[in-house]
Parts: sequence; C-alpha cells; structure tokens
Amino acid sequence: MTRVAVVQFPGSNSDVDAVRAAESVGADAYLVWHREEDLQGADVVILPGGFSYGDYLRSGAIARFSPIMEAVQRHAAEGGPVLGICNGFQILCEAQMLPGALMRNAGLTFVSKPVDVIVERTDTAFTYDYEPDSRLRLPVAHGEGRFVAEPDTLRMLEAEGRVVLRYVAATERSPFQPNPNGSTNHIAGICNAEGNVVGIMPHPERAADRLLGLTGGSGFFTSMVTSDHESST
Amino acid sequence: MTFRVHVRVMPREGLLDPQGQAVEHALSALGFEEAGGVRIGRAIELDVSAQSRDEAETRARLMCDKLLANPVTEDYLLEVEED
Repeated sequence: MTRVAVVQFPGSNSDVDAVRAAESVGADAYLVWHREEDLQGADVVILPGGFSYGDYLRSGAIARFSPIMEAVQRHAAEGGPVLGICNGFQILCEAQMLPGALMRNAGLTFVSKPVDVIVERTDTAFTYDYEPDSRLRLPVAHGEGRFVAEPDTLRMLEAEGRVVLRYVAATERSPFQPNPNGSTNHIAGICNAEGNVVGIMPHPERAADRLLGLTGGSGFFTSMVTSDHESST
Repeated sequence: MTFRVHVRVMPREGLLDPQGQAVEHALSALGFEEAGGVRIGRAIELDVSAQSRDEAETRARLMCDKLLANPVTEDYLLEVEED
C-alpha cells in the first residue's frame, strides 16, 4: 500500500483534505508534524496548502527551514515523489527544490474560484492517470500565485516540457477567466528536471469528491497509487 | 560589540509590483498627481553581535541571502551602524 505523508506546518489548512483524498483512493495517508525529522517510510510526500507561519516574511520562506524539510529533500534527492500544493508549491520554490518564485497576484485580490487548466505533463507520479492535454477544472485559493522566473529559467522550463499545469483560456463551456493571477506564460504548475518534484497552485484535494462538486483532481491521487505499483513491480 | 543592521528589501526592477501600483493609483486619486514610480518593499532591523563592523556585515549578508530576501525576486541594501 502506498504510504503518503502529508506534512503539517503551523498554518497549514488543506492538510486533512489531502490525507482524505489520498485515503479515498486506497493510500495509507498520515500527517507528519513539521518538527519531526522522519517521514516514517513515506513513498510519497505532500506539502499541503495553507498559510504556513502566517505567510510572514514571504509565503513559504520560514517553513522551508522546518526540521522535516531535510527529510523531504533527501526523499526527493533519492527520486521520491513530492507534491507541493499552493503554499506547498511556494515552500518548494523557497527551498529551491523548484525554480522561480510565486509573487503577489497581479489583480490585487485574493483569488478563490474554480479555474480551468490543461495537464501538459503526464509522466509524473501525480499526473500519470491523466490523458495528455486533459482539461481539468480545479479550485484555486491564493493571494500569491503569480509564477515568475528569470528568462533563461522560463525558456528551460518550456524547452524541457516542465510545465505540468497551465491555465487555459475560457471557452463557451468555461465561464472562468484564464490566468487568475498574472502568472508568467499562464503557468499553474511545474516540475523539477527529474520530474519527481511537482508544484501546483490549484487544489486537487478540494476537487476529488462528488460531494464537493468537482472531481477532476482525483487523478493526482490515483496516480500516486498507480505509479507506486508500477515502480514496485 | 553590537551593531544595528538596517536591511532594505525591494522587489527587483522590472518585476510587476501590484502593491506599488495600487498605492500609486490611490495617491493619484488623492490629488498627488506628481507621484510616480511607487514601489513597495520591506525594512528589517536587527542587532548583530560581532567582533568588527566587517564581520557584522558579512553575517548580515548571509542572513539576507539565506532568508531575509528572495534571490529570484528581490534585491536588498544593508546599512551597519555601531550601537
């Protein structure tokens, strides 16, 4: 059974949602307090959404130095899958496990609404179960989600196909505005060079249950389980 | 010796600063049409114990590179004064 560790920082608020979404697809999911130093045999690590350390200084800037982050970095260096969702994405950028940074939204507002994204990369441990170029509707909820990076870094991300999720323009089927935050190249999520560390601004854990109205995010969680089976056989 | 270190962290030139823009619009709405180029950063002050001013500055620079400023999006200026 795939063991999924969800790190709980002071100020995390999507931690239990992530545990539930992982449990709903049969994973053995559990919370790990950020002061811990051991991931307890995790196959997959999730850094959840929220406002770790109150977003003081910069989003994710203080959380990246939490004791558990050394274990998360070791896990990633050994090829273990790590998913950062929203604040988790910000933490991965601050920890330089992903390039670039997430800055204050261009539109001056905290954005909390469903958005449409395209899955551009389907060979990661979190997107394995999606068809290439699937269109998903997922909620975003952030004040600092505008992805920026040096021009060279952006070119590299595009050339190496490291954009995992991209906001897409509205169609007649989608009343939502594309790019809710002014993100460069409409980037909603990226991965590292090896593809095992993924950071995304949308919240798949809030779109993985029929009761919540959206189910497009469940593929992130079924992928974790599927890709683990693939690697262990 | 103790030194008082003043750090000024600013968003890097050329990066969109929505806070600065909003404040510029507000100034303009208040009739301050002469104001422009508003940018908003943060000021951090701290005491640093060190043997010399140079040591205090070197340590403060490390603190900025590691935590106080984001190397991708921000630049910082340091001032060190003897307490």
